[in-house]
Amino acid sequence: MKRFLIIPVFILISLCASAQNQLYSVKNSEFSFFSKAPLEDIEARNTKASSIINTANRELVVRIPITQFQFSNKLMQQHFNENYMESEKFPNATFKGKINEMIDFSKSGVYEVSASGTLNIHGVDKERTIKGKLIVGENALNLDARFDVMLIDHKIDIPKLVFKKIAEKIAVSASINYIPYKK
Amino acid sequence: MKKLYLILFIILPFTSRAQDDLMKMVSDSNEVIVRSATFKATRIINGHSVETVGKNNLDFIISHRFDRVNRGFDEFFGLDAATNRLGLEYGLNDRLMVGIGRSSFQKMYDFFGKYKLLRQSSGAGNIPISLTLFSGYSLRTQSTSANLSGYDRSSYTSQLLIARKFSEGFSLQLSPTLIHRNRPDIFTDSKTVIATGIGGRMKLTKRTSINGEYHYVFPNQIDDNYTNNLSFSFDLETGGHVFQLLFTNSFGMTERQFITETDGSWGSGDVHFGFNISRTFSFEKKKKANP
Repeated sequence: MKRFLIIPVFILISLCASAQNQLYSVKNSEFSFFSKAPLEDIEARNTKASSIINTANRELVVRIPITQFQFSNKLMQQHFNENYMESEKFPNATFKGKINEMIDFSKSGVYEVSASGTLNIHGVDKERTIKGKLIVGENALNLDARFDVMLIDHKIDIPKLVFKKIAEKIAVSASINYIPYKK
Repeated sequence: MKKLYLILFIILPFTSRAQDDLMKMVSDSNEVIVRSATFKATRIINGHSVETVGKNNLDFIISHRFDRVNRGFDEFFGLDAATNRLGLEYGLNDRLMVGIGRSSFQKMYDFFGKYKLLRQSSGAGNIPISLTLFSGYSLRTQSTSANLSGYDRSSYTSQLLIARKFSEGFSLQLSPTLIHRNRPDIFTDSKTVIATGIGGRMKLTKRTSINGEYHYVFPNQIDDNYTNNLSFSFDLETGGHVFQLLFTNSFGMTERQFITETDGSWGSGDVHFGFNISRTFSFEKKKKANP
């Protein structure tokens, strides 16, 4: 009986340990977006995103707290949260997906990758495949991606009075540095 | 051996982590969620709100108060005459701001500072209210028959601005106020006046709201001919502007004027139409997005 118990406990411990090593979480990150419109260019930066990559099954999740987007014009930031993103109702933008390419995470290098999954902004899901560049290093990962978000895809309304100020397509760029996950 | 399989079977689901579990891991339980935008502007209507101007942002506020509506058609319901106040407000950081203003009424200059002590927040740090401290000084420069010194024309205001955003659409503020006038216009008035403001806003749509504001002066401090200030406004914001279209029974726009020296009465139609327009400029250096 004793022997039967020891084996699974041993397996459990080793599995947990390996699961730990498979997970990478954010060390630092920067998301920014840019909206080019006839009257005004609008940009904002966010360094508070969190994300985890599971190298075992190439799963990827990202969570971006909307209120942490910093605008230089604070009134614009207030309007962004209050009127466009409705941050109290939808505090986060998220991405749940999987990296499509079979990447050997044990080998350092630069890989062109794409991740397919669900992008949720303003509470509205949209299936997306987002292309990016993955750099695998020694106990570190770096992910860079640029993609466009169509406001209409996520039911973000722009009043007619200000539509010339805001582009209908927002260019987002992301850069995330990962280190092995520690509880 | 059967037992071993059973145990392995139980363990297995724990080791394969689903995306939703990963999502839980990236949710930060220590996050403090600040409830911002209790009011749209730094004023509820006449009085200050808990809001301050953002860091390195400059607000330019143009305010007008027209003459009394009950002047009738010949004066075009008061629109023939107007007073204005031009104000500049600057955010030193996201909590502290300073401002100056110049009113045409009594040629009044005002200087003030505002500091956000508490910000209503939830999550890890639970604060039920926002608390902002206000302190202001005003100087009347219009010449009067009696030659008054600068000291005599000075007054000081201190306020505690306590507000709570009850819901996305409804905010309420209480503003206990202390005003000291070195020389009140009416000698029997107290120099130091205790009052309290109460104001609120109800959002109509994402970009518009209805505001109401009342300043109550505690009894036996000022002359009976003075009335308490009551105002209503309709707020509309577009991008970098906030427009407030309002009706009030006060001509003046500094605390001394509208709290302790309002002489219009809503009952007799001594109501002024007016507006505040604020435009925000940013002096925050723009950092380039990923080059």
